[in-house]
Amino acid sequence: MKNKIFLISFLCALFFWQCDKGVKKDYKAVEVEELTKNQPEVHGTEIKEGEITFATPLNSEWVTQGQNIYDLKCMACHKLTDEKLVGPGWKGVTKVRKPTWIMNMIINVDMMLESDPEAQKLLEQCLVRMPNQNVSKEEARSIIEFMRKNDGEQ
Amino acid sequence: MCKKLIFYSISIIAILSLFSACKPKGVQSAVSGDSAVKAYVPPGKYDEFYNIVSGGFSGQMSIYGLPSGRLFRVIPVFSVDPEKGYGYSEESKPMLNTSHGFVPWDDLHHIALSTTDGIHDGKWAFGNANNTPRIARIDLKTFRTAEILEIPNSGGNHSSPFITENTEYVVAGTRFSVPMGDKTDVAINTYKENFKGTVSFISVNKESGEMNLAFQILLPGVDFDLARAGKGKSHGWFFFSCYNSERANTLLEVNASQKDKDFIMAVNWKKAEEYIKAGKGMKKNVRYTHNKMDESKHSATSKIETEAIVLDPKEFPDIVYWIPCPKSPHGCDTDPSGEYIVGSGKLAAVIPVFSFTKMQEAISSKNYEGDYEGLPVLKYDAVLHGEVKKPGLGPLHTEFDANGYAYTSFFVSSEIVKWRISDLQVVDRVPTYYSVGHLCVPGGPTKKPWGKYVIAYNKITKDRYLPTGPELTQSAQLFSIEGDKMKLLLDFPTIGEPHYAEAIPAELLSKNSTKIYKLEENKHPYVTAGEKNSKVERKGNEVHVYMTSIRSHFTPDNIEGVKLGDVVYFHVTNLEQDWDVPHGFAVKGANNAELLIMPGETQTLAWKPERIGVFPMYCTDFCSALHQEMQGYVRVSPANSNVPLSFSTGNVAKPTAPVQ
Repeated sequence: MKNKIFLISFLCALFFWQCDKGVKKDYKAVEVEELTKNQPEVHGTEIKEGEITFATPLNSEWVTQGQNIYDLKCMACHKLTDEKLVGPGWKGVTKVRKPTWIMNMIINVDMMLESDPEAQKLLEQCLVRMPNQNVSKEEARSIIEFMRKNDGEQ
Repeated sequence: MCKKLIFYSISIIAILSLFSACKPKGVQSAVSGDSAVKAYVPPGKYDEFYNIVSGGFSGQMSIYGLPSGRLFRVIPVFSVDPEKGYGYSEESKPMLNTSHGFVPWDDLHHIALSTTDGIHDGKWAFGNANNTPRIARIDLKTFRTAEILEIPNSGGNHSSPFITENTEYVVAGTRFSVPMGDKTDVAINTYKENFKGTVSFISVNKESGEMNLAFQILLPGVDFDLARAGKGKSHGWFFFSCYNSERANTLLEVNASQKDKDFIMAVNWKKAEEYIKAGKGMKKNVRYTHNKMDESKHSATSKIETEAIVLDPKEFPDIVYWIPCPKSPHGCDTDPSGEYIVGSGKLAAVIPVFSFTKMQEAISSKNYEGDYEGLPVLKYDAVLHGEVKKPGLGPLHTEFDANGYAYTSFFVSSEIVKWRISDLQVVDRVPTYYSVGHLCVPGGPTKKPWGKYVIAYNKITKDRYLPTGPELTQSAQLFSIEGDKMKLLLDFPTIGEPHYAEAIPAELLSKNSTKIYKLEENKHPYVTAGEKNSKVERKGNEVHVYMTSIRSHFTPDNIEGVKLGDVVYFHVTNLEQDWDVPHGFAVKGANNAELLIMPGETQTLAWKPERIGVFPMYCTDFCSALHQEMQGYVRVSPANSNVPLSFSTGNVAKPTAPVQ
């Protein structure tokens, strides 16, 4: 009996070994990057130090636009006081963070949560990932203008 | 007893050996060694093709990856889907409206992917409802049902939704003829006299995809089964297989199998189009629904249409011709060149292949063998390219590759047979497990087959998977057709009962796939554009809740002042703008389903509380670390209560001062 099992196993092995010859991997992978092209969901490119400059007085047009975006996309998680809701309150944010940091947090949140220690610390506190809210670079800039107003600048 | 047993055994073995003698040598029952690698897609890698598969009696359409056979999505089309709120949300209910009222189920048989110049363009997928005759259009950017058009003057929309070369038309042919017009209450045995069939041509707008019933051709009461458009040289023609030329109305199994030949009906739709343009059609009063999903409002509308333009081909003799076809034909498939039309007679011993060129010659020389119901019947031999001899038993469907080969499924002998179109020689055959119905070669019905695989959609599963009681999954099988021999690579289970399917290269769809709905473009009448705008309004006994959801709370999440007898409409806007962050919404005791709201979308759940109390509501789709906290309450008071309507989120009640 044992011999029989051995013989069968041997034949099976031989069969599979024979068939295994000429195996080639020929699946074609779709480019991952290709998927994100032509999409309404925007992932911004990194904002470098010095790209954002402030001027006074505030650009009132930007302040209004920033506030409108805040009402639609940010307010659900961020208060304008220093009280934490889902994410931290915005009071004083422009005094504590550099504009590039804020910009990248808005439009490049995945990069920030991967590499920025301060962003990572906030995630540990809030436990909800800051979402990509599909905000463009220009829109993010107007949000910062609104934050400056919220911090008392004129 | 024992002798009898031996006798029976010997007879059975003898019979079996007779059968197996018909089969070719070297039937592959085992899978060859490299199959696993060929069907393997490593974790994180993408499939090469989307396989868009009909869900049969589930009423839905399913999306698989090939070659892995992995299920990606089930698109609700003709049946309600509580998981997605389809047919339950106020926005989606109109999609399932018909002239018979709300119909929550149907039987989706065939898929047609839109083409431009006969080649897949990746815009839309069409599906037919066999029971309550309808055609649906699925947008391949959102993978959602965008439109459903009911077909009047029809019973059993089986011969559908096949398309012309540039998706000018989608067709709908009646499987079940019915009495039409004013005289519909008739004795069933007056079938021959009173029952009619129609084939409908539904125009498709090039840009928007919107469907409209362009015209119908009135025909004798045969059963129209399947169809294919001509392409290339035969563009402008459409071919429909028909059975029951006996026009039986009972026990069709026997009574519709009397004649040696039924027909493939050839329709010159370009000619028909000309007559319609010249105003030759008759306007008929009918009643059918036209349902459209407005993507910016995330809402469907249902409109009743009342007119159909009907053309009687007896008055216009150059539109319809009958091609005799043995016997009870099912599949009716045109090859990539458009020259050959393959008929698959379920009860026939041969596969007849007709030539479009010969058909044109026979028509111009009026080479008729007579007429059927006043329409000319072409001579079989005059239009025949040739017959595939002894191909197998029970041919059903034929698909094509780009190299001049055809693949025909055989239900009775459970096999796929590969044959050469030019000389009609069988070159290979493989068994299927078991009883194959439709086949799919990627691009098989187009001018440019992508080839590489053939998939068999089997009707019987039996022992292919672990048993799950009397009801088993349906079984599909993937074969490689790259070499001379077809090779079995993979079995994969499917939903419902897949009839036809198509497959399209992944990159034609993946690059256009929608990720989110933009909040800025949300035109829903009950959108809540930002938490600031959330509110609760009373209109008589309707309470409208303008609610938002974002990780991880609803606004408002405390609602009071609802009274017994009210209908509460939760209009939930998902404020997320991140791909793959839907939120769900459910409230205790709701007599419908949940909502599943995509980023940027607004959806509405109607709830009629039937008792007083406080009812929890919560997010059903795990959205964040604090998903479990995404919950709230609605208080329902008696009808005569004076609890004021109020709503809030995040207002913590101050504890009353302790009594001194």
